[in-house]
Amino acid sequence: MVPLSWYLILSAILFSLGLFGFLLKRNIITIFMSIELMLNAVNLSFVAFANYWNALAAKSAGGVAKLASGVPVVPLSGHVFVFFVMVVAAAEAAVGLAIIIAVFRTRETLNVDQVNLLKL
Amino acid sequence: MVHQVLFIVFGLICVAGAVNLLVQRHPINSALSLVVVMASLALIYLLLGAEFVAAIQVIVYAGAIMVLFVFVIMLLNAGAEERTRGSRIALFIGVPGVVVLAGAVAWLLVHSSGQLGGVTIGSSDFGETHSIARLLFKDFLLPFEVTSVLILIAIMGAVVLGKREG
Amino acid sequence: MTPNLNLWLIPLLPLIGAAINGLFGRRFKNAVVSTVALLFTAASFVWAVRAVWTLWPGGEKPYIEIVAPWITAGSFSAPFGFQLDQLSMVMVLVVTGVGFLIHIYSVGYMAHEGGYYRFFSYLNLFMFFMLTLVLANNYLLMFVGWEGVGLASYLLIGFYFLRDSAANAGKKAFIVNRIGDFGFLIGMFLIIKNFGSLTYTEVFAKVSQHPAETGWGLLTAIGLCLLFGAAGKSAQVPLYVWLPDAMEGPTPVSALIHAATMVTAGVYMLARSHAIFNLAPNALMIVAIIGCLTAIFAATMGLAQTDIKRVLAYSTVSQLGYMVLACGVAAYAAGIFHLMTHAFFKALLFLGAGSVIHAIGGEQDMRRMGGLRKKIPVTFWVMTVATFAIAGFPPLAGFFSKDEILGAAFHREHGGQILWAVGLITAGLTSFYMFRLWFMTFFGEYKPGAVDVGEEAHAAAAPAHAAHGAASHSHGHADDESHGHGGVHESPWVMLAPLVMLAVLSFVGGWVGVPQFMGGSNKFEHFLAPVMESNTHETRTLVFHVTDSKEAAELEERSTEYVREEWLLAGTSVAAAAFGLFFAWLLYYKKPELPARITARIHGIYLLVLHKYYVDEGYGAIFVKPLLALSTVVFWRGVDQGIIDGLVNGAGSTSRSIGNELRRMQSGNIRSYAAWVAIGGAVVVVVMIWLRVGR
Repeated sequence: MVPLSWYLILSAILFSLGLFGFLLKRNIITIFMSIELMLNAVNLSFVAFANYWNALAAKSAGGVAKLASGVPVVPLSGHVFVFFVMVVAAAEAAVGLAIIIAVFRTRETLNVDQVNLLKL
Repeated sequence: MVHQVLFIVFGLICVAGAVNLLVQRHPINSALSLVVVMASLALIYLLLGAEFVAAIQVIVYAGAIMVLFVFVIMLLNAGAEERTRGSRIALFIGVPGVVVLAGAVAWLLVHSSGQLGGVTIGSSDFGETHSIARLLFKDFLLPFEVTSVLILIAIMGAVVLGKREG
Repeated sequence: MTPNLNLWLIPLLPLIGAAINGLFGRRFKNAVVSTVALLFTAASFVWAVRAVWTLWPGGEKPYIEIVAPWITAGSFSAPFGFQLDQLSMVMVLVVTGVGFLIHIYSVGYMAHEGGYYRFFSYLNLFMFFMLTLVLANNYLLMFVGWEGVGLASYLLIGFYFLRDSAANAGKKAFIVNRIGDFGFLIGMFLIIKNFGSLTYTEVFAKVSQHPAETGWGLLTAIGLCLLFGAAGKSAQVPLYVWLPDAMEGPTPVSALIHAATMVTAGVYMLARSHAIFNLAPNALMIVAIIGCLTAIFAATMGLAQTDIKRVLAYSTVSQLGYMVLACGVAAYAAGIFHLMTHAFFKALLFLGAGSVIHAIGGEQDMRRMGGLRKKIPVTFWVMTVATFAIAGFPPLAGFFSKDEILGAAFHREHGGQILWAVGLITAGLTSFYMFRLWFMTFFGEYKPGAVDVGEEAHAAAAPAHAAHGAASHSHGHADDESHGHGGVHESPWVMLAPLVMLAVLSFVGGWVGVPQFMGGSNKFEHFLAPVMESNTHETRTLVFHVTDSKEAAELEERSTEYVREEWLLAGTSVAAAAFGLFFAWLLYYKKPELPARITARIHGIYLLVLHKYYVDEGYGAIFVKPLLALSTVVFWRGVDQGIIDGLVNGAGSTSRSIGNELRRMQSGNIRSYAAWVAIGGAVVVVVMIWLRVGR
């Protein structure tokens, strides 16, 4: 039995690593990858909670897990959400990389500090 | 016991991969580290009983998205980052920053771990594909259909943006 | 019951005339303009006569008509109401009658002036306001007329607005009037607060129930405030300074407004408020003192003036002092009597002076006149009548009215004799300077350019000469070359006819007030008795300490002691007038070199009087300069430019500088955007934790 908080701590570590990569790296592709890392950290949180709710639902009366405020929650919705996050991440990656290619064609550089003119 | 050991092992691999992503200077190395991170995350999902999610993590994330990243890196032939004065400063700010942020959240979570319960190792009656499918096609039908439109738009956008001028 | 007199028509008709001339007169020919103006004024006069005839001789109660409600606020209401009692009968006839004659005169006098339609429009407007003033049945409507005549006066004094001196004189008149109006307003507020109404009948009824004041109380305060207002309008000390400058306006204006009607509004107001004053003897005393002081003060200033209109202006101030003095000794009927006779002969004097000025082509300095009696005989004879009238020779009008005032002053206890003595000296001075004017203008030789008029006249003529260069020829009669008739000529009949009418009135006008001891029955005072009688008996007891009952008073008036005393007083006033005539004859006819020698001997005093005791300069230094400095430094630079402009401009520049700072967020640098996003996210997380940590 692993405490839920451990999963969440792992998620937090991954998230902060991704955040600092996003802020401190200069190569635009690396920045993008840090964003993907952050998304993954969040996915981990969702899945961990889904498992947790499932355990709560098994323990509670009537088989329905409830939030502290009394709102019922579907345990599998965590997985569904991860599904959607992945879809969106895929779409975002596609479009984002296309943009990076377009920018690279004109600027000849992937250094984000040199892409600071708002004119093309 | 087994659960904990497995978790720690895969967790460490994960964190190591993420750190490597930041430390490496050439983006291709960072991309491959990210693949390691995703693979280890897939294993952790399996630990949590999310078999469907683990599968699509490997197929979509590691298999499609990271491949796309690697293709782009090789297409653009981006070189390694140089060490500049700015990047050293970033190092001095970044490392303590990460430690502080992660440490703060961790402390917070450990303090409230009494309220949170534990996580059991995944069982076979949870996280099955058909349960998720049932949710997707009944309760979450609308978002599901909307994402298909979203992907269509993404495709069109990527094609348009990637075209050469003229 | 009395039929509806439709009093509201009397003020309204001139207003219509003013509107027609004002709005459309620019396109009319002169003949049309004057026809319109004369028509409406005549109609107003006819209607007034009809109203007076219908109501004659008036009963104990006034005739009141309420045309429409105006202000109703809680229990206070001030309607558009008109009142016709004996007092307003006198006033309305004087205003419309003399006004009509002056309108006729103006047709001839202003015939060559620019702005003809404007003049008649303003003149009719003035008539409207003045008639509102005298016919109103409450103080508030009277105040509307009060302010309105001030406005009309400003417009008419500054009629030749291209001249700086005229524009300044108009401003001065309006501002000094406003200062007086402030006092009037305070008085009205006190009346509203304590008596709950401004309508004459209501206020005076309530006031009569107030006990008589022996010290300084509410009624005294109200009286002094009202006196302040009257002082502004009727040019008493200390607010008389505007009247001499008002001579910048055309001569008919001086005749109508500054002799016959507007300046008498203050006296009318004092007479109307007699119920208040009769119960506040201290206020009455101050009224008398102010009137007396003004009379002699102005008379001394009139001695040294050389401009014919200025002499008449100071004479007006002095005579107004007499009327106020009359009110101050509770002889209100005598004051109104003098108001009426003064209207006749002062208007005649001004119009005659205008005729003289017209005849010699615009010259106003008396030192350049002389020997005109053969050349303009009609003008000479009417001016003679007027001069004898104002000097107070019987049987002309001025004698009866002035003598009645002096007699009333004499019989007042606690210093009445002093008032009488000062009044007598003033009468002598009046006679002197009026006959001085008469001799200098009409006798001797006509030598237009022979006298060097010195620097004061040059200063006065300079604006006219400077205005020469201006293309407009609306500066009129002070500019002597624009005339071109050539030679000294009599005025046209349209100007002479009103002069003759006024001369007749100046002759016979006093006969309605022949006092009892001379065998007359003093019809005038008895006519006004129903209005003036309220509380007068109490005042006679308080102020005069004469007798305890009215019958006893009347009996006493017929006793031989009393009659002999009255004849003596009358004799002394005639003697004073005769002395004035004698000295004027001596100095300005027989031995014309004497005045120069006398002024050389008393040079310092002469200069003081010539410069009007430097009162204008004093006011300028004490009030005007500090106020201008305050306005410039504090209000203009400090408040307006500093605070208000500062706020507005500051708002603009603050927005701009904030925008400037915010602009730094949009740098185009992706990593700084990323940093902002991260900071924002961190803030939100912190806030959420903060809010939920207590849970």
